Amino acid sequence: MGRYVLRRLLQLIPVFFGTTLLIYALVWAVPGDPFAGKCGDRACPDSYVQFMTEKYHLDDPWPLQYVFYMGHLLTGDFGQTFGGRDISEIIAQAYPNTLKLALVGLIIEAIIGLTAGVLTGLRRNGFLDNLVLVSTLFLLAIPTFVSGFLLQFILGVQFKIIDPTVSSEARFSELIVPGFVLASVSMAYVARLTRTSIAENSRSDYVRTAVAKGLPQRRVVGVHLLRNSLIPVVTFLGTDLGSLMGGAIVTEGIFSINGIGREVFRAITTKESATVVGIVVVLVMVYLLMNLLVDLLYAALDPRIRYE
Amino acid sequence: MRVSKRASAVAAIAAVALVAAGCGGGDDEESTGNSDKTANGAITIDGTQPANPLLPSATSETGGGDILDFMWTGLINYPPGGGAPVNAVAESIETSDAQTYTVKIKKAVKFHDGTEVKAKNFVDAWNFTANSDNGQQQASFFSDIEGYADVHTEDPDGEEGPQKAPPPKSPTMSGLAVVDDYTFTIKLAAANSIFPVKLGYSAYYPMPDSFFAATDKNEWGKKPVGNGPVKFVSWTDNVEIKLTRFDDYTLDDKVKIKDVTVKLYQDDTAAYADLLANNLDFQQQVPASSLAGEKWKTDLGTRALTVDIPVMQIIAFPIYDKRFQNKDLRRAVSLSINREEIASKIFFNTRKAATGWVAPGIPGADQYPCTTCKFDPDGAKAALQAAGGFQGEMVLYYNADASHKEWMEAAANSVASTLGITVRAEGMPTFAVFRQNIDAHKMTGPYRAGWQADYPDPENWLGPLYVTGASSNDGLYSNPQVDALYQEGSRMADANAAHAKFAESMKIVDDEVPSIPIVSVTQQAGVSNRVTGVKTNWVGSIDLSTVELV
Repeated sequence: MGRYVLRRLLQLIPVFFGTTLLIYALVWAVPGDPFAGKCGDRACPDSYVQFMTEKYHLDDPWPLQYVFYMGHLLTGDFGQTFGGRDISEIIAQAYPNTLKLALVGLIIEAIIGLTAGVLTGLRRNGFLDNLVLVSTLFLLAIPTFVSGFLLQFILGVQFKIIDPTVSSEARFSELIVPGFVLASVSMAYVARLTRTSIAENSRSDYVRTAVAKGLPQRRVVGVHLLRNSLIPVVTFLGTDLGSLMGGAIVTEGIFSINGIGREVFRAITTKESATVVGIVVVLVMVYLLMNLLVDLLYAALDPRIRYE
Repeated sequence: MRVSKRASAVAAIAAVALVAAGCGGGDDEESTGNSDKTANGAITIDGTQPANPLLPSATSETGGGDILDFMWTGLINYPPGGGAPVNAVAESIETSDAQTYTVKIKKAVKFHDGTEVKAKNFVDAWNFTANSDNGQQQASFFSDIEGYADVHTEDPDGEEGPQKAPPPKSPTMSGLAVVDDYTFTIKLAAANSIFPVKLGYSAYYPMPDSFFAATDKNEWGKKPVGNGPVKFVSWTDNVEIKLTRFDDYTLDDKVKIKDVTVKLYQDDTAAYADLLANNLDFQQQVPASSLAGEKWKTDLGTRALTVDIPVMQIIAFPIYDKRFQNKDLRRAVSLSINREEIASKIFFNTRKAATGWVAPGIPGADQYPCTTCKFDPDGAKAALQAAGGFQGEMVLYYNADASHKEWMEAAANSVASTLGITVRAEGMPTFAVFRQNIDAHKMTGPYRAGWQADYPDPENWLGPLYVTGASSNDGLYSNPQVDALYQEGSRMADANAAHAKFAESMKIVDDEVPSIPIVSVTQQAGVSNRVTGVKTNWVGSIDLSTVELV
C-alpha cells in the first residue's frame, strides 16, 4: 500500500511537467500581442512595451521562457502579473473560495444524488423513480447560467431570502445556492449512476446470499449492496471536484465570487502565461490527488481490491 | 499629442457602480436627521478590478482610473454634465502666447499623509511619468512639453527591430520649472491653446514625496496616497476597494458621505441584481440584457438615470488601402448607412444617431456638423458612381469579444442594400488581435473605432484623430490643409479664435470623410433607494460630492 502510494506520487512529477509545458505552449499559441489592447484604442508607448518585454523575458523563445518560469516556480516563486500583482497572492485569495464553492457543490450533489439514486434503484418504476427521472432530465437540460440567474433573481431579488451576490468573506451559508447551481448537472448524473448501479447489483449473487442468510434488509442494502455499488459513483465524485473547480467560471460570475475562474479567463485573454500556468498547476495537482484518493477508496469499498 | 484614455476598449462600456456598503451599522442612526445620516453614511458602488497598481502614471483603463479620480484632485476639475473646466488645485493658469503657462496653486491643499501639495509635486510627477526609463503607460501625455524628447526616447527601428531605444539624455523636461513652492511654469514645444483643458486628466495628478521615496512604485500603488476628497483604506483584489472621506480636504468638491466601498464585480448582471435588491447604491452602466424593451426602466422606475457620455462609435477607413483612397467612395458608404434605424432597432435608443464629428455634451459640439451623417440612398448611389464603383467585396471589421456584431452587421447590410455592392461584417477574435492589426496598418476594410474623449474640448475629436501622424490617426489620413488649420488654431492664445480654426479644419475632414461617425453613446445608470441627489461627472462615473443618503 505504502509503495503503491509512493509510486503514484512519483508518477505525478512527469505529469506535472508535461501539463505545465503543454499549457505554457498553448497560451503562447493564443494569437495577439499582449500589449496590443492594453492601452485602449491606441498603441502603447514604445518605452512601456520595451520595459515590460524585458521584465518578462517576452523577447525569448517560449521554451526558454518556460525554463525561466519553472526555475522560479521550483523555488516557490509564482511570478507576477503584467499589472504587478503577485500570482501567489492571487492563488492564495482565489483558491479557497473556489475550493469552498466546489466542496459545497460536491456535498450537495453527493447527498441529494445518492439519496435519490438509492431510493429509485430499490423501487424501480414506481412514482418516485419516474419523478426523479423527469427531474434529473430537467436538470441536465438547463445550462448553469439559466439556473443561476433564475435562482438569483427569484431568491435574491424577488423574495430577498439570500443576497444576490456573495460577500467578500464567501461564508459557507452564502455558498449554498451557488453550490447547488454549480452541482445541479452533476447531481443528476450521480442520481442516475447510483440508480443503475444499485439496480444491477441487487440481482447479484452476493446480495441473494445475504438475503438467503436472513440478514435484515437494512444490512443487505447498507453494507452489501451500497458499498459495492458505490465504486463508479465515487470515481465520478472524485474527479468531479476537479471539474467543479475548473468549471465554476459561470457560477462565480453570476454570484460575483472571487474565485479562480475569472483570473484564468482574464489571464488567457491578456496572454499572461505565468498566471494561467500558476493557477492551472494547482488545479492539476488537485485533480491528480483526487484521483489517487479515489483509487485508494476502492480498496476500502471493495475488499477484493488490493494494492501492492 | 497622444490621447488615449481609459478608452477601456470602449468595448463593453465598463460598468462602474458604486454600491452602498449596506453592511449594518446604521441602526443607531435612525433617530438623527438626514444630514447626520449622510455624514456618517456609507455607500457601495460598482467597479472593476484595476489592471495595474493605483498609479496615475500607469493607469489608462476605467477600473483603476475611476478610483484615481476619486482619490485625487488635479489642477482643474471638469464640472458634471460638461461646461468649461474650473480651477481646482490651481489658483490660476495664465499665458500670453499659448506656449508658456504660469501655474499658481492654492496653498494648504494637503495630501492624505498630511504633507502639503507644492509645485514640485506636480513637476516631479510629470517628469517621472515622461521618463522612458520608468516605462509608464501614460508618458505620451507630456509630449507637448518642451524637452520631452530628451526624457522619452523612441526605439529607432520600431518594436520588431534589433535596436533598443537609447537611454534618455536628461531626467527632466526642460519645459518644466519650479518658480517657488506654489508656482511653476510649463513651456510647450509649440503653442497649444487647449493645453490647459487637459490638465484635469489623471496623468497630470501631483504625487506626494512618499511616492518618490518609495523604491518599489508598484508596492506604493497598492496603498496609494492622493490629494482628493476621499482617501484610500484597503484593496482586496477582485473583491472591493474601500475609501473614506478625507476630513482635511479644503477644496470645493468635498464629499458629504463618510465611507465608499467600490465593489469589484466580474459580471455586470451580478451588480444589477444587487442594484435591484438595493444592496448596491450606484451602477454606472446597467447590463445590456436589461436594455432590451427598456426593461431597466420598468425595473428601476425613478431610480433610472440616463446620461450623455462623450463616446462615439465610428467606422474608420484604412486610407493606406488603395481601394479606400477615393473620397466619393467614402461619402457613398457614409450616406448609405441608416443610423436612425441602428440606434432604435439595435440599440433600443440607448445610442443616438451621430449628426456631428464631436459627441454631443462636449461644449461647442454643434459647430462640427457631419454633413454625410444622414441616410440618403440617392446621394449615396450618385457618390458611388462618381467614385467609379467598388470592385470586389467590402469587409467591415470589428472585435468579436464585445457586443459589436449586431450593429456592424446592420451597417454592412445597410451599405450593401443601398449601394448594391457586396459588403459583409467580420469579427476578429479579440480586441488585442484587432488592435494589433490596426496598429500595424494591416486592415483590409473599414473597421470599428470607438473614441472616448480625454478632455471636454472639441479639439480632442480632431487633433488625435485626423491630423497627419497623430497618435490615434490609425487610418493614416493626411491632408495638409487640415494640418495647417489645426496648427494655426493650436497657436492661438484665445480659445474662441482657436475653436473657429478647428471648426474650419474639421470642415475639410467632413468633406473627405476619413471615417464615419455612426452613433453617440448614452449611459444607463441606476441608483438605490438609499441615496439621493446623485449626479455623474462628464464621463459618466459617479460624482461622489453629490451623494446624500435618504
